Amino acid sequence: MTRPSIRRVVRLLGAVAVALPLTLAIGHKAMAQSVLRVIPHADLKNIDPIWTTAYITRNHAYLVMDTLFAMDANLQPQPQMVDTWTVSDDKKTWTFVLRDGLKWHDGAPVTSQDCIASLKRWGARDGMGQQLMSVVDGFEAPDAKTIVMKLKEPYGLVLESIGKISSNVPFMMPKRLADTDPFKQIPEVIGSGPFKFSAKDWVPGSKVVYVKNEDYVPRKEPPSAAAGGKIAKVDRVEWHYIPDPSTAMNALINGEVDYYETPPPDLVPVLRAAPGVVVEILDPLGSQGMLRMNHLHPPFDNQKIRQAVLKTIDQEEYMRAAIGNPEFYRTCLSYYACGSPLETLAGTELTSDPSIEAAKKMLTEAGYDGTPVVILQMTDIPITNAASLVTAQRLRNAGFKVELQAMDWATVTSRRAVKEPPAKGGWNIFHTWWIGGDISNPVVHTGIGAGGDKAWFGWPKDDKLEQLRRDFARATDPAKQKELADAVQTRAIEIVTHGNFGTWFNPVAYRDNVSGLIKSPVQFFWNVEVKR
Amino acid sequence: MEQADGRGAMLRFIAHRLLATIPVVGVVALFVFLLLHLSPGDPATVIAGDYASPADVQRIRATLGLDDPLPIQFGNWVGRLLQGDLGISIFSNLPVSRLIGQRLEPTLLLALVTITLSVAVAVPLGVLAAWKSGTWIDRAVMIFAVVGFSVPVFVLGYILIFVFSLEFKWLPVQGYRSPADGLWPFLRHIILPAITLSAIYIALIARITRASVLEVLEEDYVRTARAKGQSEGKVLMFHALRNAAVPIVTVIGIGVALLIGGVVVTESVYNIPGLGRLVVDAILKRDYPIIQGLIMMFSMVYILVNLVIDILYTMLDPRIRY
Repeated sequence: MTRPSIRRVVRLLGAVAVALPLTLAIGHKAMAQSVLRVIPHADLKNIDPIWTTAYITRNHAYLVMDTLFAMDANLQPQPQMVDTWTVSDDKKTWTFVLRDGLKWHDGAPVTSQDCIASLKRWGARDGMGQQLMSVVDGFEAPDAKTIVMKLKEPYGLVLESIGKISSNVPFMMPKRLADTDPFKQIPEVIGSGPFKFSAKDWVPGSKVVYVKNEDYVPRKEPPSAAAGGKIAKVDRVEWHYIPDPSTAMNALINGEVDYYETPPPDLVPVLRAAPGVVVEILDPLGSQGMLRMNHLHPPFDNQKIRQAVLKTIDQEEYMRAAIGNPEFYRTCLSYYACGSPLETLAGTELTSDPSIEAAKKMLTEAGYDGTPVVILQMTDIPITNAASLVTAQRLRNAGFKVELQAMDWATVTSRRAVKEPPAKGGWNIFHTWWIGGDISNPVVHTGIGAGGDKAWFGWPKDDKLEQLRRDFARATDPAKQKELADAVQTRAIEIVTHGNFGTWFNPVAYRDNVSGLIKSPVQFFWNVEVKR
Repeated sequence: MEQADGRGAMLRFIAHRLLATIPVVGVVALFVFLLLHLSPGDPATVIAGDYASPADVQRIRATLGLDDPLPIQFGNWVGRLLQGDLGISIFSNLPVSRLIGQRLEPTLLLALVTITLSVAVAVPLGVLAAWKSGTWIDRAVMIFAVVGFSVPVFVLGYILIFVFSLEFKWLPVQGYRSPADGLWPFLRHIILPAITLSAIYIALIARITRASVLEVLEEDYVRTARAKGQSEGKVLMFHALRNAAVPIVTVIGIGVALLIGGVVVTESVYNIPGLGRLVVDAILKRDYPIIQGLIMMFSMVYILVNLVIDILYTMLDPRIRY
C-alpha cells in the first residue's frame, strides 16, 4: 500500500471514529424519547374547551389543562388542583386552597385570580356552570392560593359542578386568557396540565403534538378516571387523525400507531385476530342514544302521541341495527347513565315493554290525524343513521305517516335549531347520543331540561320537572338527591322529554406494548407507557 | 425581427389571458360565496355543539360576523382577498393561508410523482399500442386502460396496502414524510399513493396517446420519413409523437389540475394531509373562509395550468400562433 493510500485510510478511520459516537449519541437521544401515537376519534378543529363542547377539544384540554376538582372512577368529585377546602356551617361559603408548586406552561405560578376568572368564563357557557353561577353571590381571592366562593343559598352540586368530567369541563387557564370573551376563542393554549401543546407542530385535520410538562406536580394518589395522580410517562403524545377506519386499523396492526380510540365494531374481529393488538372496553358508562321529539308542533305537541312513540322503542332492535355485536351494547331503561350512581328504573313502566300493537292503540286513542312526522336522518354518522331508519320503520308500523329527510350532521345541527313548523323548514324527530358522563344527574343532563324556550332543541316545557331539577340542585343530602333524581326521571318519561334507544360501549384497540390505560368515560393519556 | 415579433405576440397573449382571469375569478368568487351562504348548514351551530342554547348559537354567529347582510360579508371578504388575505378559519382560528401552506407540499409532491409516473408509463404504452395496433399488445394495453378506469381508487389502494404493507411489510400503510426528513422515507410513503392515483391517469393518457399517434401515423410525412429510411423508433418518437403531442399535453395538464384539488379519496386512504382532505373537511363543518380560499386557489391553478398548456401548444406545433 502506498503512503497516500495509508493516509487516506487513516483519515477515513478518524472520521468514522469521530462520527460514530456522535451518531450513536444522536440516535440514543432520539431513541430515549418515548412517544405514544394515538388515532383520536375526531380531528382537533379548535383548541378552546370553553368555546366549544366538542369532545375532541375536551380530550385535548385534559392533556394540557387541569381542574380544581375531578371525577374519580365512582363519579365522585376529588380535589385535583385544590389541596384543602372548607364549607361554612350555613353551606354558603366555600373556601378552596390550591396545591403548592402549580405553574402555567409559560412558567408563571397559578393563582386564585386565574382560577376565579376561569370559573367565570366556564360558568358563562356551560349549563351546569350557569346553574351554579345563578346561586353564586361572588368570588374573593384573599391571597394567591385561596379562592372563596360565596353563595346566595346552599347548593348541593358545587363540587360536582366544578369537577364535572365532560363538556364543558371547568378547565383552569391564566387570567389573561380566561378574560377572553366566552364567545370568542382563546388565542393560545396555556394550561397547567401534565403535557404542553406544541402549536408549531399542529396540522389541523392531521396531527397534534403534546410534549411532557417537566414542571408538572402530580398528586400522590393513584389515577382514578379524571382524578388522582396525572403522571406523564411518555415524552410525547402524538395524535394522528386518520379518517379512514380501514387505514386506521391497518396502521395499528402494522405498528405505525399505538392506540386507536374508536375502531368501528365491525372491524373489531380483524383487530382481535391481529398479533400484538388488544381490544378492550375502557368506558364503564358507555353512550346512550336519544330520540328527540319537537314539542312545539303537531303531532308531538300532544303528550299522548309522544308516549305512543316511546312505546315503539325496542332498544334491542335499535342496538342490533346500530351496533350489531351484543358484546358492545346493553339495554338499559334509565335516563341517567347506566352504571352511574343515580341509575334508576323509576317511571319506566311506559318504556319497559315496547309493543307496536300497544303503540297503535295509544295512537288511535290520542286522536292522531295523519300529520306527517319529519325525521332528520343524519347519514354521515352510522349510529344515528341506523337509528333514524329503525325509528322510521317502527313508527310506520305503528300507524304514523313518516318522512325521512337525509342530510349530513352539520345540516342537522342548524336545522334542529329551527322552531318553524316542519313544512317551513322545521322538524319532528332527530337522533343523537350522550356519553355517560354527560347524563349522570338531572342537572348535567341537558336532555331532561323542560324550560320551554330555554330548553334544548325540542323545547319541552314542564314547570313541575324544572322545579324538581332545581330542588335536586339545592339538595345537600345524598338520600334526598336520589329521591329527587327518581322523581325527575319519572316526570321526564311521563311528559316524554326524549326516548332512550339504548346504551353502547365503544371499544378501544392498542398495541400490547402499551400499558397504564385508565378506565373512564373519557380517554386520558397520562399514566400510559409504551415499551419499545 | 420575426423572432422578436413572435415573442412580442406571445407576451401580448399572456398578458391578455392574465387580464381575462380577473372577470373569471370575480364570477367564481361570487358563485362560491353565494353557494356556501345559501346552502343549508350553519358553522355557528357546528361550533356551538350539542349542548349550546339557541342564544349561544346566535351569539357565536354575531361574533363571527355571520349575522351581517350578505353583501357586507361578501364585500369584507373580497376586500381582504384583494390584499392577499384569505381570512381566518372559523374553527381553528388560524390563517387560511397557513392551513393551505401546510397542505401544499404533500399535494404538490404527490401530484408531481403521480404525473411523472403516469407520463413515464402511459406515453410509451400508448405509442406501443398505436404502433402495434390490432395486435395482442394493443389489446393488452387497452384492457389495462379499462381496468385502470374501472377499479375505484380506494379499492386499488386497499389492495396495494394489503399486499405491500401488511403481507410483505415493505412499505408503510399510511402517512406522509417530507423530503426534508430524508429522501428514502419520502419515497417509501409516497410510492403507494402515487401508484394508486396514477392507475387512472395511465389509463387515460395511454388511450389518448394511442388515439393521437394512430391518427398521425396515417399522415404523409410519416410515410415520407419511413421512405427516407428512418428507424421505426425515430419515426415514432420524433415524427409521430411530436405531432400527436397536443391532445396528450392537454390531458396531462387537466390531470395536474385535478391532482392538486381533487384526490380526497387517495388522501383519506393513505392519510396524506393534502388539499383534498382540507377542502372536504371544511365543507363538512362549513368553515367558509377555508372553502372560499381554497376554491379561489383551485380556480387560479386551473387558469394557470390552461395558460401553460396553451403556451406549450405553440412550442409543440409551430403552426399554432396567438
